[in-house]
Amino acid sequence: MVDMTTLGDDAIAAKGWFKSHKFLILRRLSQLGILALFLTGPWFGLWIVKGNLASSLTLDVLPLTDPYVLLQAMLSGVVPETAAIIGVVIVLLFYILVGGRVYCSWVCPVNMVTDLAAWLRRKLGIRTTSQISRTTRYWMLTLTLILPLVVTGGIVWELVNPVSMMFRGIVFSMGAAWIMIAGIFLFDLLVAKDGWCGHICPVGAFYNLVGSKSLLKVNALQRQACNDCMECYVVCPEPQVIKPALKGEKKGLSPVILSSDCTNCGRCIDICAKDVFSYGGRHAIKIDEYKREGEINRGVRV
Amino acid sequence: MSESEKKNELNRRQFLGNMLKTACGVGLVGLGLGAYSNRASSMPANYIRPPGALPEEDFLGACIRCGLCVRDCPYDILFLGEVGDEVATGTPYFIARTGPCEMCEDIPCVVACPTNALDHELKDIEESRMGLAVVIDQESCIAFHGLRCEVCFNVCPIRGRAISLDMQHNTRSGKHALFIPVVHSDACTGCGLCERACILEEAAIKIFPMHLAKGELGKHYRLGWKEKDRAGESLVTPDTEHRYNLPEGVRYDLQGEGLIIEGEAEETPFSSNPLDTLNSGFMDK
Repeated sequence: MVDMTTLGDDAIAAKGWFKSHKFLILRRLSQLGILALFLTGPWFGLWIVKGNLASSLTLDVLPLTDPYVLLQAMLSGVVPETAAIIGVVIVLLFYILVGGRVYCSWVCPVNMVTDLAAWLRRKLGIRTTSQISRTTRYWMLTLTLILPLVVTGGIVWELVNPVSMMFRGIVFSMGAAWIMIAGIFLFDLLVAKDGWCGHICPVGAFYNLVGSKSLLKVNALQRQACNDCMECYVVCPEPQVIKPALKGEKKGLSPVILSSDCTNCGRCIDICAKDVFSYGGRHAIKIDEYKREGEINRGVRV
Repeated sequence: MSESEKKNELNRRQFLGNMLKTACGVGLVGLGLGAYSNRASSMPANYIRPPGALPEEDFLGACIRCGLCVRDCPYDILFLGEVGDEVATGTPYFIARTGPCEMCEDIPCVVACPTNALDHELKDIEESRMGLAVVIDQESCIAFHGLRCEVCFNVCPIRGRAISLDMQHNTRSGKHALFIPVVHSDACTGCGLCERACILEEAAIKIFPMHLAKGELGKHYRLGWKEKDRAGESLVTPDTEHRYNLPEGVRYDLQGEGLIIEGEAEETPFSSNPLDTLNSGFMDK
């Protein structure tokens, strides 16, 4: 069992604090930076990005539209404007390349809430688990796509979607949306580890499918160096994705984390004192074969 | 059954059981969402959608709650529904009494909409129908008391056509006029400038969503005289002359002289001057 009180100490000792929190810091900068781009307008009158994550316009030229929200609208019978279609194509291309769930770990504001809950769970030693299956999110996704077809009143999921609610709440007005966010926090803290993002959220499930063949992946190219400290499993929001890549060498499995459940958050890279993990291409296996010829080295840098 | 088969059987049962549980749970969520969406699609009467908004049901399917219309409104009148509001979360509305639509000619809110929830076919703001002004309280409106106001009439951006003044007799004083504001739905856009301008503590003229403000004739209903004008003739059996069941020699002219007794002048034994009859006995004696 991993000792929670010393979690990450090895990495800090080996790499220093900054290097062992590098991607965590970058992710927070990304998440907060995106919010900041939307907020300079209403706060300081400096309009960089207008709208919210559902649809936005950057510097009055670049339209970006959330494909999941637009899909719901189209299922309820909408023919979108050209700008929205362009916006969706850009967003889809981006996530198809870098991994759909990059949305979850680098963009989505709810991630900061659920990460906090996960951190607090570790600190407080809360070990409750629930029976919720990780496939629930696909059921939820199906449900949210069926509802616009059968229920009058259109995009039903967007009435309660905590992801759009939180972002809109911060950029426009929060209202009682904080109750929803607090609910997710408590659910993740007390009921189920990674309960919302890892099990229920249909937004993540949608982006999961979008990025199922993405090019940017985390890999365990240096898996021979693994000292079985297990800390990557502890900090990973989708720990089931690590094992095939990290421990699959004997079964001939690729060292690349191929599961699209992986959010490309890079916490495993940060926490590993042995630098087993790194970002790389989907086909990094070839490089891996090449490297095994020589000494274990520092891995592929992006 | 071998040991591994038993294990498989158990796994299958477990798998099916778990799936059933998940499906039931998600199904319940679906029912809840469906019920909630019905409740959330009702909106307070004073919440007005921006210009060009599709009919409410279509609008709720088309609006992706991005808030771009809110951002592009130069008068900042639009709000997005918050959680807990009685309007679908994240959808735009304005309240006429505090911030009416100023009817920009270039309609920036519509241009900003990425999904046509605000219909891009709308090019002329005077064609928009956000709602309809209704002189809802004729007991409070001071025009009905015979006082001069006409503020709603004068602030109306389609002055004279959306609201006209109907001059009526003031029966209280017997010698003055009432200038009664009358809204015409063929011109009123529902912008709400009249509601904001109404001088009363609580406006007597208010904007309501079309479906609340308007009555509707039965689909089968035809106004005979209009149909007759349009067709050039009566569409039913031609008008037959009404026949009165009157004694012989008596006619009735409905729109003219009334009762006509033919040959009356010659045959009556009585004089046309009633005094002659009254005085006749007296004169004989």
